[in-house]
Formats: sequence, structure tokens, C-alpha cells
Amino acid sequence: MPVSDRINATLRKVPAWPLYIVGPLPGLWVFWLGLTGGLGVEPIKALEHELGQFALKLLVVGLAITPLRRFAGLNLIKFRRAIGLLAFFYIVAHLAVWLFLDVQDGSLIWKDIVKRPYITIGMAAFVLMLPLALTSNNWSIRKLGPKWRQLHKLTYLAVPLGGIHFVMLVKGWQIEPLAYLFVILGLLALRFRFIQRRVAA
Amino acid sequence: GLGGAPSAYSTTEAPNTLEEITNYNNFYEFGTDKEDPAQNAGGLTTDPWAVQIDGLVDKPGSYDLGDLLSGVSLEERIYRFRCVEAWSMIVPWVGFELSTLLARVGVQPSAKYVYFETLVRPEEMPGQRRPLLDWPYREGLRLDEAMNPLTILATGLYDEPLPNQNGAPLRLVVPWKYGFKSIKSIVRISLMDKQPETTWNMINAREYGFYSNVNPTVDHPRWSQATERRIGGGLFSKRQETLMFNGYGEEVADLYAGMDLKKLY
Repeated sequence: MPVSDRINATLRKVPAWPLYIVGPLPGLWVFWLGLTGGLGVEPIKALEHELGQFALKLLVVGLAITPLRRFAGLNLIKFRRAIGLLAFFYIVAHLAVWLFLDVQDGSLIWKDIVKRPYITIGMAAFVLMLPLALTSNNWSIRKLGPKWRQLHKLTYLAVPLGGIHFVMLVKGWQIEPLAYLFVILGLLALRFRFIQRRVAA
Repeated sequence: GLGGAPSAYSTTEAPNTLEEITNYNNFYEFGTDKEDPAQNAGGLTTDPWAVQIDGLVDKPGSYDLGDLLSGVSLEERIYRFRCVEAWSMIVPWVGFELSTLLARVGVQPSAKYVYFETLVRPEEMPGQRRPLLDWPYREGLRLDEAMNPLTILATGLYDEPLPNQNGAPLRLVVPWKYGFKSIKSIVRISLMDKQPETTWNMINAREYGFYSNVNPTVDHPRWSQATERRIGGGLFSKRQETLMFNGYGEEVADLYAGMDLKKLY
């Protein structure tokens, strides 16, 4: 039996629901660190960035699930909804820190969104993810039928926008955000049929 | 201690702690995270240290740091420090006015600008092993800005020699400009008749002007400069309003009389 089959057999016995309990813990942990001095002398930006990066990591994992099944035979599909919803949880937390702890001034928020492309793009990614989060349940899948699949292709737009948002907010061209964007674009490229044929061959 | 004499230019605001000032730094030669300089700057050799002074000066040459410091009287200057990233600190620098050094080397009448370079030493500055910036880091001032008594060369912090992550052994401090103008670990000072190329301006002129005076009415393209966050206030610290020229208008506003600071940001 190939390794992937053995892993799949084991994973079949692992339920997805504990992810909803374990997943938010790192976020609560960094919030606690921020409160107690563990995030350095400027905890607001640090917390904002940590939460944003958790979200981005989860989105990358979410995007990797289909290629992992197709090219490595690893079946993680049943964890995908939890991963997507956790990513959304971290995006909301990231946004909340930006709104309430960072910008603070309500009148500045709209100005920021309109005037600053990296915020416009981040916001667009968030808005695109809203319907995805709202329809990440069995009822919606039944109700929407084939349209559900179509709708959830918005991920292919939302995730790279998140990656671009990260690249744009740092000073200069830094390696870490570019690495995220590169991985995201790579995972998306694996969805193109001609690339799939090459990888498989 | 260095025994810097108190100065009338010092603010009465309470300084940030040494821990805050030494653990939240932009010094890309040692990495791009705020804690990277504190982590990576320990290995920098700051003694011996020489500064090349050249260009339109009467007495060009390579000056040993000890030589440069002999005969200057150190002062403590407690300044507001406002980063272009919209955070700020209060820093008790120890240093001397740049004008005293310029007087000593003899500025020629044709000189209009002062240009500075940071050390390039990738063996000790890990950030320089990648072409993140076009090393060396470069900065510059107009001559009248350089001669203003607020402009100092700092050699100390909290009455002790500068920690490496803060730009040891010799850095510029220009308190009415965004922090990146205050170039660290200086090895070259050059007097020029033309406006020099400066690092962040070379990378993105739209975001970082040559002047880069603190100005709450001219936003950075990616964020507002109207407010700032004072480091050290914790997770729920309130933003405060940014002051024109970082509050040093009385001393420096005249330098820019008649200039459109929205264009010459």
C-alpha cells in the first residue's frame, strides 16, 4: 500500500471538528503576548501582522489541498472547510486590530480604503471571502448545487489579492511577502490543465 | 557616562526607555524586522572607525573617530523622533552639532549640500548580503539644514556610547525630518554643489522625498501622516497628532520659506 493510502486511511479516522478549537488558539496566544509585552515594544503592528500572516498561511494550505490530492494522492478534502473558515477568522481578527487598535479613527478608515491601494486590495480580498465564508456549510452546498463550486472559485482571486496586499505594504521588495505570493501563484498555476499534464507526466 | 551637558533644545517630554529605543529599529543592514538590528548588530566592529570627509572642503581626508571627537563638547539632546512609518519615540541622544565639524574641515563657498554614507561591510552586516537596497545607504541635507543647530552627530544614548543597532559609533540626527534621514554608522561625509542621490528617494521618489520634513498635511501615498503612535503605550495606546516639522517649526520653518512643501515633500 502506498504511503499516501496509509496516511489517507489514518486521516479518515481523524475528525475535522477539533480544528475549530485548536485553530484559533495561536491567535489568542499572540493576543495574550501583545497584552503582556511578548510582542516587543510596539505590539499593535506586530499583532496585526501576525494575524494577517496566520490567515495567509491557512489560505496557502487551503489552496494546496487539491494539488496534494491530484499529484501526491493525499486526501485532505475533509479539512478544507475548517481551514478556509479559520483563515476567514484570522482575516476578521486582522481587520479588527487594524480598525480598533491601529487606525482608531472612524473617519480615517474609509479614506484609507479608498486612497491606499494596498488597503483597497486587502479589503477587496476580504469582501470576496465574505460569500465564501457564509456558504461554507452543508445547507448552502445543497441549496446552491453546481453554483457553489463556481462561487468558491473566488478563492483563486481572493488569495492572490491577499498575497499582493502583503507585498505592497512593506518597504521595498522584501523576500518573505514575495515568497508567499510566489507560492500562491504556483498553487494557482497547478490548476491550469496544460501545467497539470506536465506535472503528471 | 559620556557626561553630555544639558541643552535648551531638549524636550521636557519623558524619554522612551533604553529597552524601547534599542529594540525597535529600522537598520536594514542588519535585517528588515524591527528586532533584527538588536539581534544582529552585536558583531559590528566600531573601533577603529574612520570617516572620509571629502568634496568641497578645505581639509579633506580620512579622519579617525577619536580625532573627530577630540575638542568637541558633548551635549545631551532629548529629541522627538518621528519615523516615516508613523511611529515616534523620545530619545535622549548625546552628540554635538554637525556645524562644528563642518567648520573644522572648512566648507568651501561653492558647497550647497552635505552627503553621507553608511558603512558597507557585509561580513558584519548580514542585511547587506542581499541587494535589498543599493548599498551603501546614502543620505543628504541642504547645507543650511546641516548647519542648523538642531542637526547633530550623535555618539551616545542615555549618557552611554551608542548601541550598534542605533547607529554606532556615529550617526546623524535631524529631529524635524522623518527618521530615515538620520543616517547611521557614518563613514563618509561629502560636501557637494548638487543635490545628492539618497537611498529611499532612489528607491521610490513618490513615497520618500529628498526633504522628508515631518508634515502632517502631506500623506505618505500608503498611509496618513496626520497622526503617530508613540512607542511604549502597549496594545491599546492612542494615536497622537503629528506636529509640523515634528514640533521644531520655531527653529526650522524659516529654512523652507517660500517653498511648496506639498511638492518638495
